[in-house]
Amino acid sequence: MQRNYNFAFLDEGSKREIRRAILKAVAIPGYQVPFASREMPIGRGWGTGGLQVTLSCIGPDDVLKVIDQGSDASVNAVSIRSLVHETTGVETTTSTADATLIQSRHRIPERPLQREQLMVLQVPMPEPLRTYEARESVTRRLHAEAEYTGAYLELFEQIVRYGSTTTGADHPVMVQDRYVMAPSPIPRFDNPKLNDAENLFLFGAGREKKIYAVPPHTKVESLAFEDHPFVREDFEGKRCCICGATGVYMTQTIDPVTGKKAWQCSDTDYCAERLEEGGSDE
Amino acid sequence: MSKGTTMLPATVHHEFKDKAPVLSVRHLAKRFGVGCDYCRDPHAKLERNICPVCGTVHAVRDISLEVHRGEILGIVGESGSGKSTLMQCLYFDQEPTAGDMRVAAYDGGKGNCFDLSRQQKRLIRDEIFGMVYQNPYLGLRMNFSSLSNIAEKQIAAGIRDVSSMVDRGRELLDRVNIPLRREQDPPRAFSGGMQQRVQIAKALSNRPPLLFLDEVTTGLDLSVQARVLDLILSLRRDLGVSMVVVSHDLGVIRLLADRTIVMLDGQVIEHGLTDQIMQDPQHAYTQELVYSLL
Repeated sequence: MQRNYNFAFLDEGSKREIRRAILKAVAIPGYQVPFASREMPIGRGWGTGGLQVTLSCIGPDDVLKVIDQGSDASVNAVSIRSLVHETTGVETTTSTADATLIQSRHRIPERPLQREQLMVLQVPMPEPLRTYEARESVTRRLHAEAEYTGAYLELFEQIVRYGSTTTGADHPVMVQDRYVMAPSPIPRFDNPKLNDAENLFLFGAGREKKIYAVPPHTKVESLAFEDHPFVREDFEGKRCCICGATGVYMTQTIDPVTGKKAWQCSDTDYCAERLEEGGSDE
Repeated sequence: MSKGTTMLPATVHHEFKDKAPVLSVRHLAKRFGVGCDYCRDPHAKLERNICPVCGTVHAVRDISLEVHRGEILGIVGESGSGKSTLMQCLYFDQEPTAGDMRVAAYDGGKGNCFDLSRQQKRLIRDEIFGMVYQNPYLGLRMNFSSLSNIAEKQIAAGIRDVSSMVDRGRELLDRVNIPLRREQDPPRAFSGGMQQRVQIAKALSNRPPLLFLDEVTTGLDLSVQARVLDLILSLRRDLGVSMVVVSHDLGVIRLLADRTIVMLDGQVIEHGLTDQIMQDPQHAYTQELVYSLL
């Protein structure tokens, strides 16, 4: 641990300001709270929002896990994990079950989170209405008036053009029947995990200077039309080529042995744990 | 001239089924600037529409009008006379400085709609009014498909059924003579006349009882103009939609409007039946306007 920095890199004043924004975000689920995003030792757009939220919330007893697209081992995850470790000295882990604080880029772990666990998601584009309306002054008013025609219009346009909604990730959600929120670019598969969850979700957008939250047991519904209901990605009939899991979010890969197309758990910790527990049974 | 009503001179027939007009506006004013004691008097003498004392621009001064069911009201006047500002105030695009607007389809004309919350104003815009702007870029989302543009108002009105909105969109595109194979194209890729027709289709999507048309034919070539005007007349005939038509083109007004208001420098200088204004203009400006047409 490097002592030339304050605990958790940020000075206490900054942390307090960010925590105040977090408190407000928790009090108004789905509402984007502006905050004074700090200059961080990583580039904007590389998780500075999530990192600031993590550093403001972390305490010496926390156990940290950092995920990048489901993986604990990718460069982004490793760098952020070691940065937080070096400036706080907290223990880090790759195990979802052992972590008390999880910062993630674009995935929610397969293992359901518990009440004591805090999930921080990195957000590149916090404004779900941005493509519909470019002006921040206008989108704020639209949120204030709960005027969400634009969010539905985006989905309608996709259906008209392609026959179904085409949001690969970041499918907009309605939080507690009030605010339409960008769930960060998690796959549609993860959207239902936000609904009525045990844990608190915090969203940090460093470049866009916004923080928002989904508190435990909040109603989160993915936007949809009556005749085009929301659907998750379909992995019917596919199983992980490593651990044999089904019904989880998977990424396509090439089987190193057969050289054929194969599927693999996106959540590497989930996959590894299943292997440890004795592997590729049903 | 013995007895019986058939012998009376023919009067212009208005179908005022209900006593209350569809739209009633009283003493509408819109000024840009704070105004002063001198120019707040509605009869104060201004330099055109600018206050000589404080420089405030009085874009619309004390205008009252009524629109009845199935009626087309024309508003004519030169550029800068306040026609578009008036329309934008009626459609809640701009906030009027003073005035009172009653909308029968909203609450039976009981309250002043300018006093409503923004949500309620938006509801009126989306479900009771339709607007066709002079500039299609104001009225359409140029990057969304035509079908989405038409569906936008229906989504705003709370409809969440894609197939019914697509059906309605196709019906309207057909009605305004846009081939269905272009339904997925964004209006950006359309000609000016087609863009104008998509705007009309969009304005009609929620079957509004009242349409505002702001210079709909300006900038279109004559044959396209004729087609758009034809469409407007057929909408009135088939759907009984009331309309407020703004134009600086007297030819358009003569063709469409039952009654006409002539505006100059933000004020109404003459109003009456369109034929009457064309045949027998009273105000010097109207006379100039009518004679320049010939």
